[in-house]
Amino acid sequence: MTKPDPLHLDVTIRRSDHDGSRDAHFQVPARDNQTILDVVSWIQQYADPTLSYRFACRVGMCGSCAMMVNGEPRWACRTHVKKVLNGSKVHIAPLRNLPVIKDLVVDMDPFFDKWGQAEGRHHPTQTRDDPVPRIDPEGAQRAEANAGIECINCSVCYAACDTVAGNPEYLGPAALQRAWTVFNDGKNADRQAILDAVSGSSGCHNCHSMGSCTHYCPNDLNPMQAITGLKRETVKAFIRGKSNA
Amino acid sequence: MLDLKLYMAQRISAMIMAPLVLCHIAVMIYAVQGGLSTAEILGRTQGSVFWFLFYGTFVIAVSVHAAIGLRVIAHEWLRLTGFWLSTLTWVICLVLLFMGARAVVAVTML
Repeated sequence: MTKPDPLHLDVTIRRSDHDGSRDAHFQVPARDNQTILDVVSWIQQYADPTLSYRFACRVGMCGSCAMMVNGEPRWACRTHVKKVLNGSKVHIAPLRNLPVIKDLVVDMDPFFDKWGQAEGRHHPTQTRDDPVPRIDPEGAQRAEANAGIECINCSVCYAACDTVAGNPEYLGPAALQRAWTVFNDGKNADRQAILDAVSGSSGCHNCHSMGSCTHYCPNDLNPMQAITGLKRETVKAFIRGKSNA
Repeated sequence: MLDLKLYMAQRISAMIMAPLVLCHIAVMIYAVQGGLSTAEILGRTQGSVFWFLFYGTFVIAVSVHAAIGLRVIAHEWLRLTGFWLSTLTWVICLVLLFMGARAVVAVTML
């Protein structure tokens, strides 16, 4: 068995184009401080300029660089190579549960379409001519809304979700967490519209509470708890006879 | 493939099953203490409206609960959808209901 080369990383990237998919191997110089995004960028700049991938901010805010690293969904820009290295090897692939466009670039349309389907949008209570309503920042309802507000739409939870893998119509953790956030926003007028949107055959009741979304969320959010909240509120609405789903 | 109505049906049927299962096990443990034979047990259950309603309710709850649970597995693992998924759900429900009803009739009515 050969010893790992301390000066180089043995990087395998799952590449795809219209001819199909294959693994491509690259030797990348190892650095003391190096993220997965640094590795992918080095390959694109010095080894193969045809490699396609997405990134923007490089600091974990934009949510555009997520990919599978050694089989687990991660944000590439904040994933240090040393923490995920298998000897000197690392395998990088496009996000799971989304159609691949090319190499590490996936089509995010299904992910964002489901945000709309889950009614995770504001239903205004007032017009621009009304005074700004007072919201208690310490209130229990506001705390629930704040819990999911830092979602950066990276789709790591969606890629981690085994329910999405088995049931592609399922809305997924991010869209449902967004619905729960808006549901708890004091400025949102139509809570029942959200409950109805998440109560259909692809809604929150398909969640098996396996918790991969919460385990892998790079921002330490808890989509599983949000989904549990939606289940609880939909059951209450059902008992009150207010469900239209 | 699990909307709110199916979710509620599965949860409510589980809530019905849980105390019935506990009661069934408790009675079985109690009944065999003195070495009751099958004939003696049947002597107590046959003709009993209480045990007919007890196991009849259990069979209905099981039929609903299991059919919905297997529906989810069939969708996620076999990718069944639409007509065939609904058909499978109903077939499982009706088969369990038929088999369970036969057992209830045999134990409490014949």
